Amino acid sequence: MKEQKSKSLWYDSWRRLKKNKAAVVSAVFLMIVCFCAYFADWIAPYSFEAQDASKILLSPGAEHWLGTDSLGRDLLSRIIYGAQMSMAVGIFTSLASLVMGVIYGAISGWFGGRVDSIMMRFIDILYTIPALVLLILVMVLFNSLATELDPKDKALYGTFVALSIVGWVNIARLVRGQVLQEKQMLYVEAAVSIGVPSHQILTKHILPNILGPIIVTLTFQIPANVMFESFLSFIGLGIQPPYASWGTLAADGWRSLRTYPHIIISPGVILFLSMLAFNLLGDGLRDAFDPKARK
Amino acid sequence: MIFFDLSEFEGPIVDFANFSFVFGIIGLFVYQVFAKKMSYYFLKRLMGASFVLFIIATTTFLMLRLMPGGPFDSDKALPPEVLANIEAKYHLDKPMIEQYMYYLGDLVQGDLGESYKYIGRSVTDIISESIPNSLKLGLYSLLLAFLLGIPLGALAGAKHNTIWDTSAMFMAISGVALPSFLVGPLLILFFTFYLNLLPPALWESPVHYIMPVVTLGLRPAAIIARLTRSSVLDTIHSDFVRTAKAKGLSASVVLFKHVLKNSLIPVVTMSGPLVANILSGSFVVELIFAVPGMGKHFVQSVTNRDYPLILGVTLLYAALLVLANLIVDLLYAVIDPRIRLSN
Repeated sequence: MKEQKSKSLWYDSWRRLKKNKAAVVSAVFLMIVCFCAYFADWIAPYSFEAQDASKILLSPGAEHWLGTDSLGRDLLSRIIYGAQMSMAVGIFTSLASLVMGVIYGAISGWFGGRVDSIMMRFIDILYTIPALVLLILVMVLFNSLATELDPKDKALYGTFVALSIVGWVNIARLVRGQVLQEKQMLYVEAAVSIGVPSHQILTKHILPNILGPIIVTLTFQIPANVMFESFLSFIGLGIQPPYASWGTLAADGWRSLRTYPHIIISPGVILFLSMLAFNLLGDGLRDAFDPKARK
Repeated sequence: MIFFDLSEFEGPIVDFANFSFVFGIIGLFVYQVFAKKMSYYFLKRLMGASFVLFIIATTTFLMLRLMPGGPFDSDKALPPEVLANIEAKYHLDKPMIEQYMYYLGDLVQGDLGESYKYIGRSVTDIISESIPNSLKLGLYSLLLAFLLGIPLGALAGAKHNTIWDTSAMFMAISGVALPSFLVGPLLILFFTFYLNLLPPALWESPVHYIMPVVTLGLRPAAIIARLTRSSVLDTIHSDFVRTAKAKGLSASVVLFKHVLKNSLIPVVTMSGPLVANILSGSFVVELIFAVPGMGKHFVQSVTNRDYPLILGVTLLYAALLVLANLIVDLLYAVIDPRIRLSN
């Protein structure tokens, strides 16, 4: 009986999501971006570091659809490979934050009382440091601890670690609030009364019930992390060459804005479109999971 | 290039803005503490804020001191005697706990130490030189965000499910998605290189402020617009609005006096996170428009491993955020009498 009920809940959400045109278009767009990124080796017309001294700083044309940069590298190919980096950073750091945030938030919400207030005070302190400053501090710490790594790898792993560590705070807050709410429900009381252990109540009973809001937060966390990564890379503290993300491409383009604006505009536009798609999809998912909140 | 010369207005406008801001905050505190007898609450909040700052100061200190590699081993090797002298001057030869005591003692006196990189300059000096620019940039952006976001959101909410709503919300969601390193360059390309109207960079007179403020304010404006809209939609269906309509009040009176006034409460609560958003955003915007502010110093101090400067700027950012949250909480109590802060 319970199984059937939960199935229809997911089915209902799926049906509502399908009706939302903006969300569907966004999902398709994001799938195309991820597909291109994953199969970049087959799709990109050129290698991302192949330099051609005779074709420096070309404007968009038939041979190079988005033109070339100051070393004669094809911009479209670099954007496709950049998508690999940007999307990987966004998705993996969000998943890592998700794991940390769910565990932290679930413990805090489930035990409540003093445990909860101490754990939440810690989060309040983290909230008083602006995210970008915290990110940079974690990266600085990571860079100085991982001395045996190559500088370029160090910057890459540092970005991943910093974004994972900073992002979990939002998720922990959300999960804690949800767990606090669900704890009052009768089904939890029933489970407690028949002696189900806490960890099983959390994983088997509460977690499936709060999966909707968690998925929605994840859809908003990914673009936030992609954006932060591109900010970091743009100010020169994130990903280092030869690795490229949309942020490093924009940083390259920034140096020749006046004469060759296409170099900064194309990675900026693709980043904008992806952020837009993630936000529209997130809105769609929120409406689909929680029709009461629909405006 | 021909630029608008607004520089003669600079003084009075900025003075007025600063005065009203500072007096507004002081007035708010006085009002809260005396008129509403909230001194206990206020003191508690103030203690909490200082505790948070103390924790942050300690953590950043530990974090940066524990890292291997000193600030003076990057360039060419110094003679050992010179190095010993420098380390003695900055107390780097002392045990960590003593360094920490020196640091806290100085901090209480408002002394953040001397920069490692800019020899002979104190961190307080560097910060006080660059912070007015960053504060101006941030405050104007916040102002722009409210002036742009609230009407847009109210419009969308009041004309729910019309073309106004859809287009306003499309604008808002685009504003959230636009990276500042796309907006900034596009503005420069259009207003500087194409129209020849605005200066592309630097921070000297009000004409220099326009593009950075717009670039930084766009995202918070979009966030405020979305928030205002959903809040207006919540309020518009409540009983007191129906009563107001039933009394025969005009639509505009209902919207402004009843709906909007009540919808702005969630917007005020969001201002704390918005300040954090603006602080983070200012790094990129200061870089794009070459604004001599704190963001630039922070990024440079990280590359230079200039510990005191990193610590000082981090602390200051945290202090600004704590202050912003405190102001928001007090404002919250002023505009919404239903909220009893004393418990």
